[in-house]
Amino acid sequence: MKVLAVASKGGHWVELLRLLPAFSGMEMVYVSTDPNLASTVEGNKFYSIPDANRWNKFKLIRIFMIVFKIVYKERPKFVISTGAAPGLMALMAGKILGIKTIWIDSIASAEKLSLSGKIALRFVDRLYTQWPDLSGPKIIYAGNILL
Amino acid sequence: MIFVTTGTQAPFNRLVKVMDALAAELNGEEVIVQASGVNFETKNVKVVGFIHPVEYNRIINEARLIISHAGMGSIVSALTKGKKIIVIPRKAELGEHRDNHQIDSAKKMEALGYVPVAYDEEQLKSKIITMLMQEEKTESALIGEFASSSLVNSIRGFMLSS
Repeated sequence: MKVLAVASKGGHWVELLRLLPAFSGMEMVYVSTDPNLASTVEGNKFYSIPDANRWNKFKLIRIFMIVFKIVYKERPKFVISTGAAPGLMALMAGKILGIKTIWIDSIASAEKLSLSGKIALRFVDRLYTQWPDLSGPKIIYAGNILL
Repeated sequence: MIFVTTGTQAPFNRLVKVMDALAAELNGEEVIVQASGVNFETKNVKVVGFIHPVEYNRIINEARLIISHAGMGSIVSALTKGKKIIVIPRKAELGEHRDNHQIDSAKKMEALGYVPVAYDEEQLKSKIITMLMQEEKTESALIGEFASSSLVNSIRGFMLSS
């Protein structure tokens, strides 16, 4: 089973790496916003993409095009992201292409879902929060990346 | 050595300033500050911008105390290595972040016993002094290498059953 995992550099990437046992035995393709991070997932395919926050619309559109191409080319069974905006773009691309999508909201979003998480909630197949008090009918809490 | 880490997304000059002042009172202990957009000349601390992940790990390993913004990358790195850490969240009203989610997440992580938090510069100073005076304990990881198994199993279970 092929899985495309997307996370921006910094905390989002660190959170993704802590979920790796969930993907053991799967064919992983990684996407992040810093080429230096390839060394942290050695032996796996790795794409580096430009970074953008959700306030820069033009950059976001460009990033959507870039990740759409990657998702189209790789045709994974799942697209999964721990954030932030580029990960949301990848999940949208996956949705359009009929691929299953999973969003894991950052542990840093402790009082409410992140803005990207709220958008993802409208279309993803599964969405996790890392805080029990934020869970709901479509928002799953099953633990956090720290423990 | 004390390592101060502020991430790469935005300046956090309030923290750099207080650490630069405090460093003068630390009997020559080295203070390395990772920060972007520092808009003044520091006198007592060395400032570096971007640090490669490998080098970053080396510095974390060598530090005896880590002072960090409430960014998860830094917090997780410190906890997995059993390092003493003090977290100081960025404040939106001072233009340090777009919102106050660092304060929210720091409060909740503090309540769960993961990290001590300083909510202003005075608290930071007194927490640093207290921590530096504490006896050196053998460093043991405060969290494991991976996420809680319930989360890992839930994600994996969903993927394998779809």
